[in-house]
Amino acid sequence: MTAELQKTDLVTLTIDGVTVSVPKGTLVIRAAEQIGVEIPRFCDHPLLAPVGACRQCLVEVALPGPDGSMRQMQGPPGRMKPQASCTLTCSEGMEVRTQVSSEGADKAQQGVMEFLLVNHPLDCPVCDKGGECPLQNQAMSHGRGESRFSEGGGIKRTYPKPININAQVLLDRERCVLCARCTRFSEEIAGDPFIALIERGALQQVGIYEKEPFESYFSGNTIQICPVGALTSAEYRFRSRPFDLVSTPAVAEHDACGSAIRVDHRRGKVMRRLSGNDPEVNEEWITDKDRFAFHYAQAEDRLRHPLVRDEETGNLRPASWPEAFAVAARGIRSAKAKAVLTGGRLIAEDAYAYSKFARVALNTNDVDFRARPYGAEEAAFLAAEVVLHGPGGDGVVTYDALEGASTVVLAGLDPEEEAGAIFLRLRKAARTGTKVVAIAPYTTRGFLKLDAHLVSTVPGEEAAALSALGMEPDIALDANSVVLVGERLGMSAGALAAAKALADGAGARFAWVPRRAGDRGAIETGCLPNLLPGGRPVSDAAARVDAATSWGVGSLPDRPGRSTDEIIALLGDSELDNSTGEEIGALVIAGVDLNDLADPAAARAAIARAPFVVSLELCETEVTRAADVVFPVAAVSDKPGMFVNWEGRPRPFDAVFTNPNSLPDLRILAGIAEELGTPLGFRTVAEARADMMSLGPWDGDRETPKKAARTAKAKPLRKGQWTLATWKQMLDNGSLQVGDLHLKGTARAAVARVNESAHEALGSPAAVTIVGDRGSMTLPVEVADLPDDVVWVPANSVGNGVLADLASPQSGVSVKGAKL
Amino acid sequence: MTDTLTPVLTDNWADERSWTLAAYEAQGGYAALRKALAMEPGDIIQAVKDSGLRGRGGAGFPTGLKWGFIPQDNPKPKYLVVNADESEPGTCKDIPLMMASPHTLIEGVIISSFAIRGNHAFIYIRGEVLHVIRRMQAAVSEAYAAGHLGKNIHGSGYDLDVVVHAGAGAYICGEETALLEGLEGRRGQPRLRPPFPAVAGLYACPTVINNVESIASVPSIIEHGADWFSSMGTERSKGYGIFSLSGHVANPGQYEAPLGITLRELIDLAGGMREGHELKFWTPGGSSTPLLTAEHLDVPLDFESVGGSKQIQPGEPGYWPGAETATPPKSMLGTRALQLFDETTCVVRATLRWTEFYKHESCGKCTPCREGSWWLVQTLANLEKGKGSEADLELLLDQCDNILGRSFCALGDGATSPVTSSIEFFRDEYLAHLEHGGCPFDPAASTLHAPPVGVEA
Repeated sequence: MTAELQKTDLVTLTIDGVTVSVPKGTLVIRAAEQIGVEIPRFCDHPLLAPVGACRQCLVEVALPGPDGSMRQMQGPPGRMKPQASCTLTCSEGMEVRTQVSSEGADKAQQGVMEFLLVNHPLDCPVCDKGGECPLQNQAMSHGRGESRFSEGGGIKRTYPKPININAQVLLDRERCVLCARCTRFSEEIAGDPFIALIERGALQQVGIYEKEPFESYFSGNTIQICPVGALTSAEYRFRSRPFDLVSTPAVAEHDACGSAIRVDHRRGKVMRRLSGNDPEVNEEWITDKDRFAFHYAQAEDRLRHPLVRDEETGNLRPASWPEAFAVAARGIRSAKAKAVLTGGRLIAEDAYAYSKFARVALNTNDVDFRARPYGAEEAAFLAAEVVLHGPGGDGVVTYDALEGASTVVLAGLDPEEEAGAIFLRLRKAARTGTKVVAIAPYTTRGFLKLDAHLVSTVPGEEAAALSALGMEPDIALDANSVVLVGERLGMSAGALAAAKALADGAGARFAWVPRRAGDRGAIETGCLPNLLPGGRPVSDAAARVDAATSWGVGSLPDRPGRSTDEIIALLGDSELDNSTGEEIGALVIAGVDLNDLADPAAARAAIARAPFVVSLELCETEVTRAADVVFPVAAVSDKPGMFVNWEGRPRPFDAVFTNPNSLPDLRILAGIAEELGTPLGFRTVAEARADMMSLGPWDGDRETPKKAARTAKAKPLRKGQWTLATWKQMLDNGSLQVGDLHLKGTARAAVARVNESAHEALGSPAAVTIVGDRGSMTLPVEVADLPDDVVWVPANSVGNGVLADLASPQSGVSVKGAKL
Repeated sequence: MTDTLTPVLTDNWADERSWTLAAYEAQGGYAALRKALAMEPGDIIQAVKDSGLRGRGGAGFPTGLKWGFIPQDNPKPKYLVVNADESEPGTCKDIPLMMASPHTLIEGVIISSFAIRGNHAFIYIRGEVLHVIRRMQAAVSEAYAAGHLGKNIHGSGYDLDVVVHAGAGAYICGEETALLEGLEGRRGQPRLRPPFPAVAGLYACPTVINNVESIASVPSIIEHGADWFSSMGTERSKGYGIFSLSGHVANPGQYEAPLGITLRELIDLAGGMREGHELKFWTPGGSSTPLLTAEHLDVPLDFESVGGSKQIQPGEPGYWPGAETATPPKSMLGTRALQLFDETTCVVRATLRWTEFYKHESCGKCTPCREGSWWLVQTLANLEKGKGSEADLELLLDQCDNILGRSFCALGDGATSPVTSSIEFFRDEYLAHLEHGGCPFDPAASTLHAPPVGVEA
């Protein structure tokens, strides 16, 4: 039946005499690609709607008439009228002759190419695009060697150049061939139509609306799809020539999307990053953060060698690797209880090493990747409903599933800010009929662009909103629907379970989306107090035996581990009479920013008082300054590895650079473990991956999901207190964006948001001062459709962020009007 | 001689305050509307089909056929859009019609909308002609007040609203899909077809777009019948049309006559050429139609004859006196904008001016029109100054070859017409510029204020 279906869906035509069958609706230009004929083109882009503007892809076409004879497409009659192959769909019996077999088509293409060069400057030698320029390349292959325009003394139109489209994107109008790829991308894909074509004729140009800057998280894609050097980035302009660059495919490390990227580098330095092409994941688009935020790896304060705390001076001093391993092992051995905090930025192999290191070398389950606030129910939920779900599994959500979904419910997730590739795919879906429902405190710009139906929800009341959604007749979920929740939802009591119940009730699919690239890999590799690698529950004796057997150790610790906040509370705390009565004496900590934690001040104090801290870091931080042993680790570009994206899809990549001095975390952990006499059994990423694969996923029972907690209402606030809604913007003060100034210039302004009546009640101020239990912030204020007594602020765009400077999670704040 | 003329649309133009509703109704206006409202919409479409009325905006597409393309099973609203963006150089028929007798158009709009079962019509008028916009607005208000527009028109149960829309002033908006873009509030640039406007036009709804004169002709068809209409004109170009004579003619203006009339007859009606001068070249339908010469004075001005591509011998169908020796016209009837130029006019200069117009009006969407018109102007400007060489004529023809049929819409095609046709007929004049080191003509001699022949300036 499938074969029959395919048969009827195909049309057969000939292109340059070659018979080819393509699915109905295929454009001639694509069909030609299938037989190896590349028709030159500029405006055409497979992911943008056809427009037929540049006329470069003209071909000769004949169609069968009613009597079966072929009729050439003509106009005026008697004259072959070449057709734009980028707008013409293939039909049965069509005869296409491209430049390969038609003189007329070739002449038409040469004519258009000559016209395109009429007003194009001859500045290829200083143009960033020179060497990888579709105009340059196609002018060579489909144009004439000499310019009749220049020979005749023609005068080109000129403009001052370049002008800024935004802080990062520059426009050279002279070079523009007006293909409109950039404006169409902005409107069709990103939904940020802040650039448009203005003026007319040869003076037509890309323009901005001056009062609305080109503020888009995806603006860099316009540079990549520009077929000439008209759009360039401030970052890369004049920095190198494409033919001097080495390109390495990689995976973006800035979010959990697993976007394919291409890293272009020269002499050990990343010069630029481009989007890769992965139709199943990010298609051909990436966020500006993925594209432009890579200088952190070349930062001045990168750690270059191990440091140990000198016993006499008490200062950190450089040490050799063997010494540092020995000192670390000695310190760890002397502590009774030990713990590991990994942060969410690790490649899966490193996360696996931390997980195994904790169990095998430290004999503890006190390991947690969560460097953020979280709810009590989260770990059990992840162990039950998230781990081991991945593409290929039943009912698993993939990007394609989003695109084909009837309805997508978003909760605790603003994809535009937190998962750019999901946002773009959802927008693609929304433009073709997928309904998006957002459980959120207000209609963000991203929700607006998804045409999302907002279920206005006060933070903390998501569980009730999700349960009520199941009763909503207008939003009937079906088997083709998706419930997509962000990690933030885990902080809201009962909400994760309610979201899962909503999905299950309708037979819909469910997925959990973390923020960081390493989060999902950390879950899969067991960087949680209740999980061993491969989804093995710590509480399951058979699972522990299975892992111990594979690892060749006698047994694994059976006591449930402590989570991040508990570890911090117990760290060096000999006074407290805690439940276990046990102080944690040694901490191994990877890339954790203390300000991301639920209580930064407490974490800072805990690190300070901890008897022994081993820090594995890229750059100098307050943790490394307080640590007893510091190991520099390889940046993601210095090692092969793998991220597991939100879908559960493994995203392996190779090292961009070979840098023998730069060791992955797992090599360092192996060194310490060997000193401790409990070797991990691997020293390289490849060995770690092999170890991980040989352990494999758990095929026994999963941790059973906990019964949905009684929909615990959020703690009632005191009278006059406001609920704080907050999450991170894509571009903010995050430590992986350090040093990217042009990128920072495109970040959204930090503003507080309240609803209209609240704004009026406050006296319609230009700014508000928000006071919480940890401090206060004054921010410009904007009106949004928030519920009463809810104020939204960006989590990490001002100072040290909301958790350090403003308020503890889920506490109330006060708001008053202020001047800017 | 006067019986050659068939004043229908222009019949009341000389009346006292002809643009008022009172004057229009006094000479029988809106009678066709009452007749139409009593008819089945489908019968009106059939009548227009039977009449053989072809689009008066230039392309000559059968109007009734166009209306028949509107899918009546489509639940979306259906729209009538009147293209009153008259901007073709030389064309001046719609604007005088709307000035002199706006109610003829409005009556046509109501009948046509009723026929396609639309309840909303738009009249898109080019933005520069503010006086016409005001006159149409005033007339529409009058029509509303008289119950010709609005709800339940004359108790028929039929509702129609008419919006007079002022364009922003761009030639491209005369192209129907660019007009729709403009009407929707966007930049006027042509749209990709398909979908065609009949399926997804204004606001993606089925839309009929017709020229002012086409719609204004509908009431007369309803009033006098399809047979009456088709009794005029030629076999395949039925009815009457407004011929606009301008340039070096004694009495320029609008002459309404059956299609198939010749320029020789029209010049006679207009009192001959400027005194003491003779016809050198002319455009049959505005500057986008390839120009013709005095040897084409007897070409019947209908869609087929003007577009004749081969020489016709006596006895063959479509023969006209002189056809056996004349260069085949290879032009287009277009909008019947007859621009007449006498022997004082430099054809290179005229062609350059036209080409500058196209360069200025090219919307910029597609490469051949945008860049080609930019380049054509530079090449022509050099030739006019006597710079360049004979090879530049081949270059011009090649540029035109690369524009014609390669551009996105017909604007680019039109831009090539004056260039290719002027080189075809007046190659020697181009060469004379090169020999002379500039234009050999006295530009003042072609002006209206030039002294009469034989009088020294």
